[in-house]
Amino acid sequence: MNGIALRLFVLQRLTALVMVPLVLGHLGVIVYATRAGLSSEAILGRTEGSLFWAGFYGLFVVAAAIHGTIGLRTVLAEMSPLRGRGLDLVVTVFGLLVLGLGIRAVVIVT
Amino acid sequence: MGHAAPVMTDLDVRVWRGDAAGALQRFFVPRGEKQTVLDVVTYIQRRLDPTLAYRFACRVGMCGSCAMMVNGKPRWTCRANVDRVADAGTLELRPLRNMPVIKDLAVDMTGFFEKWQAADGRFVPTSTRDDPIAVVPPSSPERQAADAGIECINCGICHAACDVVAWDPGYLGPAALNRAWTLQNDMRDGDHADRLKAVTRGSGCLTCHSQGNCARFCPNSLNPTGAIAGLKRLAMKAALKGRL
Repeated sequence: MNGIALRLFVLQRLTALVMVPLVLGHLGVIVYATRAGLSSEAILGRTEGSLFWAGFYGLFVVAAAIHGTIGLRTVLAEMSPLRGRGLDLVVTVFGLLVLGLGIRAVVIVT
Repeated sequence: MGHAAPVMTDLDVRVWRGDAAGALQRFFVPRGEKQTVLDVVTYIQRRLDPTLAYRFACRVGMCGSCAMMVNGKPRWTCRANVDRVADAGTLELRPLRNMPVIKDLAVDMTGFFEKWQAADGRFVPTSTRDDPIAVVPPSSPERQAADAGIECINCGICHAACDVVAWDPGYLGPAALNRAWTLQNDMRDGDHADRLKAVTRGSGCLTCHSQGNCARFCPNSLNPTGAIAGLKRLAMKAALKGRL
């Protein structure tokens, strides 16, 4: 592909595409859990050991970490003095941190 | 260098003088019927200070040479009516944003036009004068897309209005990308693949944030934001097919 700019552009669009149904599903989960007054035990009872929820939120976490990191890279490139390898280092650390925290949360509740 | 003696009805005009390290200079200009901002600048240069540098040619909105910042907004001054754009009888005139100022209201547009070249904004013919004339159906989607963008007069207003150019001086900008989009929709052009590469590398069309300032300020009501979105769609399709 034609350089890093195009790769990141395509990757950000594809992760956005993946996240559209996931965001709607996630909002549905929030509305259901609060309207139904589910306790944390009741929620964990549904999510623990569930391959579906592990896959659902696992995919969500990966897509969001990639999507958000590419967006942050653009913001920093335009708004901060960071450029080149320094910029790549900062956003890579940020992306791995977000990914790690997200996966940790998914592992704990499923 | 004299100021006219101020009269109550005069326009209070502040004009950028000098290069990047210059300052605003105040002039008082009599109001006139259907007076344009270009009339005001010309009055200052002919009656008050002949050393004022600015550009104009056609005076009727065709040549694209008289653009400048009028009260903070980029405008073609020959078609900007003072009654419409003055703020409580005051005008602040500065050189176009996002371009280096040479002197007073004249900017160096070299970088602006170099970006047209960087975006492969040249028609590449696929036939010769001996071939039959190409028939382009006026109703075809490509022809209509090109039609929507070909009335650009290279005035640089969109480039001055664009915040992304301000943040990333290497960004090709709305005018060059609009030109590339019209050529991508020209069935007679033979450079589509290379041009798509040219506009997607580095700070090309993918850098646009779709803020729409170019479309808002374009004096010919073109929509470079839409043109850039079209280039992004072409880039996405080509990338997914492995052609970029």
